[in-house]
Amino acid sequence: MNQIIIYTIASLSILGAVSAIILYFVAQKFKVYEDPRIDEVEAALPSANCGGCGYAGCRNFAEALVKSDNFDGLFCPVGGNKTMEAIAKILGREAVAQDPLVAVLRCNGACEFRPKTTNYDGATTCAIEAALYGGDTGCQYGCLGHGDCVEVCNFDALHMDPVTGLPVVDDLKCTACGACVKACPRNLFELRKRQKKERKIYVACMNEDKGGLAKKYCAVACIGCAKCVKVCPYDAITMNNNLAFIDSEKCRLCRKCVTECPTNAIIEVGFPPRKEPQAEATVQAAQTENTSQDIVSAKKEDISTNLNKEE
Amino acid sequence: MLKTFSKGGIHPPENKLSAGLGIETLPLPKNVTIPLSQHLGVPAKPVVNRGDEVKAGQIIAKGDGFVSANIHSSVSGKVTKIDTETDISGYKRPCIFIETAGDEWLDGIDKTDVLKTETSLSPEEIIAKVQESGIVGMGGATFPSHVKLSVPRGKKAEFLLINGVECEPYLTADHALMLAKGEEIMVGIRIMMKALKVNKAIIGIENNKSDAIEHLKAIAAKYNNIEVCPLKVKYPQGGEKQLIKAVLNREVPSGGLPVDIGAVVFNVGTVFAVYEAVQKNKPLVERIITVTGKELKKPSNFCVRIGTPVSAFIEAAGGMPENTGKIISGGPMMGKAVINASVPVIKGSSGILLLPPEESKRKEILPCIRCAKCVSVCPMGLEPYLLMPLSQNNMFDRLEENKVLDCIECGSCSFICPANRPLLDYIRLGKTSVGKIIRSRKSS
Repeated sequence: MNQIIIYTIASLSILGAVSAIILYFVAQKFKVYEDPRIDEVEAALPSANCGGCGYAGCRNFAEALVKSDNFDGLFCPVGGNKTMEAIAKILGREAVAQDPLVAVLRCNGACEFRPKTTNYDGATTCAIEAALYGGDTGCQYGCLGHGDCVEVCNFDALHMDPVTGLPVVDDLKCTACGACVKACPRNLFELRKRQKKERKIYVACMNEDKGGLAKKYCAVACIGCAKCVKVCPYDAITMNNNLAFIDSEKCRLCRKCVTECPTNAIIEVGFPPRKEPQAEATVQAAQTENTSQDIVSAKKEDISTNLNKEE
Repeated sequence: MLKTFSKGGIHPPENKLSAGLGIETLPLPKNVTIPLSQHLGVPAKPVVNRGDEVKAGQIIAKGDGFVSANIHSSVSGKVTKIDTETDISGYKRPCIFIETAGDEWLDGIDKTDVLKTETSLSPEEIIAKVQESGIVGMGGATFPSHVKLSVPRGKKAEFLLINGVECEPYLTADHALMLAKGEEIMVGIRIMMKALKVNKAIIGIENNKSDAIEHLKAIAAKYNNIEVCPLKVKYPQGGEKQLIKAVLNREVPSGGLPVDIGAVVFNVGTVFAVYEAVQKNKPLVERIITVTGKELKKPSNFCVRIGTPVSAFIEAAGGMPENTGKIISGGPMMGKAVINASVPVIKGSSGILLLPPEESKRKEILPCIRCAKCVSVCPMGLEPYLLMPLSQNNMFDRLEENKVLDCIECGSCSFICPANRPLLDYIRLGKTSVGKIIRSRKSS
């Protein structure tokens, strides 16, 4: 009995040892050299695997970083400048600082401003509705409101607002990975430079129709009147195809265009309320909770009361 | 035993309400809106300006490149504007607006019904004439016909197949055309055979149109190389690949063209348009369209000018019923809801169908129960239950492996699904994305 156990142990040990020796030599023979810096760089990356850099994941991006000689076109939007500096240290290079960006939705066509003209009852994704027709409102440029962007956001930075039917970007969570930009079939998301105190001024419209037509279907559409272009002291606003665009690089947040815009298509976010008698409601709303979102909705209330006055 | 295609297929209720009715001609519309993109390929470029006087049959937009088609004015009058307007695609696209004044045709166009049987044109001249007349596939795909008639070098067409199947429920436009214009269709077939240099033409007709089969058989007896092939009723037999399989028992290879296996397929409507272009010098400015619906007072087949608003002939068919849920351009299987009744008729519109709300609403989407009914009905042998989630999750490489591009978008899978899943919507989405990826791969 004992003999059997001894033989078994001995034979298995010998077998194991021989296999180990063979494996050792095979491993030496077929060894693939991998730059150890790849692991270090990967560890420095945020491991979000969001694809915001244009690569399939953080590992692929780390490989690309190590392989390339400089940082041209390589930037991790999630980690931002801090991460890029850390990587530059590992690789012994100079990091090129880039301005941090944030996504904004260039449509303010909430249900109240943009009434529905048809009923859509197909599959509830924006991509399918966009493939079928111009959308259930008269505006064929605006938000379809099924939340394809919310679905793709890995950072919980996008939510649908049930009142307006539009997605809302959470500035603090947004990493500007660009997933929503790709997902939106209407190209409504724009990555803009983050400005101080998360303040933003942008044209919340992508409608390229002529003024009358745009206004017919949406009360807050950009009608291409170019008043904002004239009033801007910094040449930050350009007009293309009946649509204004504010360059976030040039904009100095003076807010002149916001007051000038006849349709309230230009939105200001994150500013303290203006001291105007008519904007009392705005002041109160802003005082209770000074988050950027509330100011957006307060601003919308402002617009709707203005509209009612017009009527 | 009647012929049909072997794989899949469904039997939706036929509802051919306007079957056997003649073709009525509508009074001239007051205004027409002629979209510049009525065909597959590059939109045409306008050659008239605002304020120009045009005659019916006059060219108003020239095809831009080879895969494009000319567009002619369907009425005589004045061009009021060139602007964007929502067309059948559901998007605003450039259109030419013409205000009708009288009915003056361009010189040299023969508007009479006199049958002209012989043509002296050479094959090249016929193709040039077809191109000049802006003829596109009238079955709905609107592929420019001159491209199909120009057989690529190194390939040889053996058979000309004529599609008189009309497998879509409700539609009877081709049926009415075959009954009314049998002789003209035969002449058209002979012209196209000459252009394609083929010796054999076969007309495929489903046997729910026995009068059309008898009628065309009697005329075809005069010609020894034209044959009428009655087919068993099954949807989607009117699909090009399904028709070839049914009539010739040949299969178009995946990613290939019918001409690869020696067949070229044209719709009867296209054949008639070719006859009119070559023998009567009349460009494609009119088409036969079915206006139908269970609630409609008078379902009819109309001969309408291109660019007529849909509302004009709904009016002529007894007015819009009160309970209309959707206006569908095309048939119930492959047609598409339009956004209002003012969209214009284009070259590819074969029918206008008014559905009551209870039939037009989509039902609640339930989870897939893996019954594989969609697999058994798919005429292309695909697996829709698999393609839908692949498309939902953007798995384009696997979509390509699973031959999503072979889908002919017949809608059989969505029709049969007991869980009401929007299979075709997602497959179409995946198809577009995969198509884009393949094109960018080819160009780089």
